[in-house]
Amino acid sequence: MKYMLLIYSDESCWTEESRKACMIDSMEIAKELEANGKWLDSAPLHSVTTATAVRVRNGNRQITDGPFAETTEQLGGYYIIDVDNLDEAIAIAGRLPPATKGTVEIRPLFPLPEIWEERARKSDA
Amino acid sequence: MQDFSAIINELFRSESRRVLATLIRALGDFNLAEDAMQEAFAAASADWESNGIPDDPVAWLISAGRFRAIDLIRREAQFRELLPGIVSRVEEITSRNMVVAGREIEDDQLRLIFTCCHPAIDPRIQVPLTLREVCGLSTEEIADAFLTAPATMAQRIVRGKAKIRSAGIPYVIPSRDELPDRIDAVLSVIYLVYNEGYSASMGSQLLRVELSSEAIRLGRLLVKLLPDPEVMGLLALMLLHESRRDARVDKTGDIVLLEQQDRSTWNYQFIEEGQRLVQQSLASRRIGAYTLQAAISAVHADATVASETDWHQIVALYDVLFQIDTSPVVELNRAVAVAMRDTPTAGLQLINGILDRGELTDYYLTHSARGELLRRSGDLVGAKVAFERAFELAKQDSERRFLAKRLKSLVNHREERDKN
Repeated sequence: MKYMLLIYSDESCWTEESRKACMIDSMEIAKELEANGKWLDSAPLHSVTTATAVRVRNGNRQITDGPFAETTEQLGGYYIIDVDNLDEAIAIAGRLPPATKGTVEIRPLFPLPEIWEERARKSDA
Repeated sequence: MQDFSAIINELFRSESRRVLATLIRALGDFNLAEDAMQEAFAAASADWESNGIPDDPVAWLISAGRFRAIDLIRREAQFRELLPGIVSRVEEITSRNMVVAGREIEDDQLRLIFTCCHPAIDPRIQVPLTLREVCGLSTEEIADAFLTAPATMAQRIVRGKAKIRSAGIPYVIPSRDELPDRIDAVLSVIYLVYNEGYSASMGSQLLRVELSSEAIRLGRLLVKLLPDPEVMGLLALMLLHESRRDARVDKTGDIVLLEQQDRSTWNYQFIEEGQRLVQQSLASRRIGAYTLQAAISAVHADATVASETDWHQIVALYDVLFQIDTSPVVELNRAVAVAMRDTPTAGLQLINGILDRGELTDYYLTHSARGELLRRSGDLVGAKVAFERAFELAKQDSERRFLAKRLKSLVNHREERDKN
């Protein structure tokens, strides 16, 4: 099963040094997962101060700066992994360095191919 | 002639959960397994009447359930025009998963418990899900026990099963390094089920007894499959509580305190079993909170009259418990034990200390215990204030009736004293 690990933490609790150490540790884990065929993608994200929000309402596109709500933890990076089950995803999430500071949210990826197959079947009929 | 429907009903009661647990593993789907299990029992009542009951009914039922499931998938596949390959694939998978050796069937029950109590499932769903899937209680019964509408309860159970499927919660016994945490989660679910049945509050009496006996049954099963000291501790704790079920309320449903209970009505068979388990668990030297609570309860059970209670030992056990579980509730119970061992004033000082820290201020038992100790130390005015506060905070009728009685006896006590 494919899972996305969304890494949230308070951006202000990172120092330059701890951020660097976190990246190195994270890359190690990514490398190890890749070697076992369990890694699909991962990346850290720039600070929320660089975020741009887009909304389309009544056909009008609105562009605003930053996220909508002030939250204590911000999305700081993600992994997409392919593992056997939730327990394996939990074990990996628990090893990610930011888990000790913030929260790692595990979300199963909705398997899109099923929708495509259904569409294909419908258009065949 | 044998009454086959009675035999089938009895077998359903005792074995349906084992059959279901194995079918879930073989089929990898809760709902399909449930349907297949129902159909297997229907098939059994038709087949066994003419062919006789097989040597191993559980294996027969599991095998029948598996074939029914393949039929069900085949029908659904036709209905939904699914790719033809899917049925043969399911057949292949189920036959590969199909191990019906005794140990494997028992492990399937453990897998089912661990899956329903997985920490990724909302704790409010873990309990009903366990009662539904592991214990086989109907959704209506569970809703009744928790005073919820059946539709709401059904929705929660559906949500739980959907989470298991979509989030990919595995149907496995956790690995050794995860086991301690995961056992804790299972034990707390079982204890919640037990307490729901034991607390003399709401819902029908019959259902409450059933919840408690289901919790004990699960505890026994877990001890058999996974004889961990804390598993034994929890089972012991439940058995020791259960031994006092009839003694702890009077005929009118009012609370009777441990001190005033008629000890001849205690169930000494449960006490003996509980005490044996406590001994066994203590001998492991890996002592946890359930075992310590059970040990305290076992000390109470040792005293044939309340005045013979070994309060020294109880305080000592609370001291150890407090090191594992530094909750103020443990501190409160310890304070009461200290009052019994030493003096009411000694206990009062400890309780005042908890309240001064701003803890347990809204907990009715803190004020009720304070009132009782004040009464014993002769401060009837202080006792009245404390019992009144407890009365305000108490939520259940039986608790309020109990406190009203205490208040009334306080007034009588005072009148008596003023007369002299």
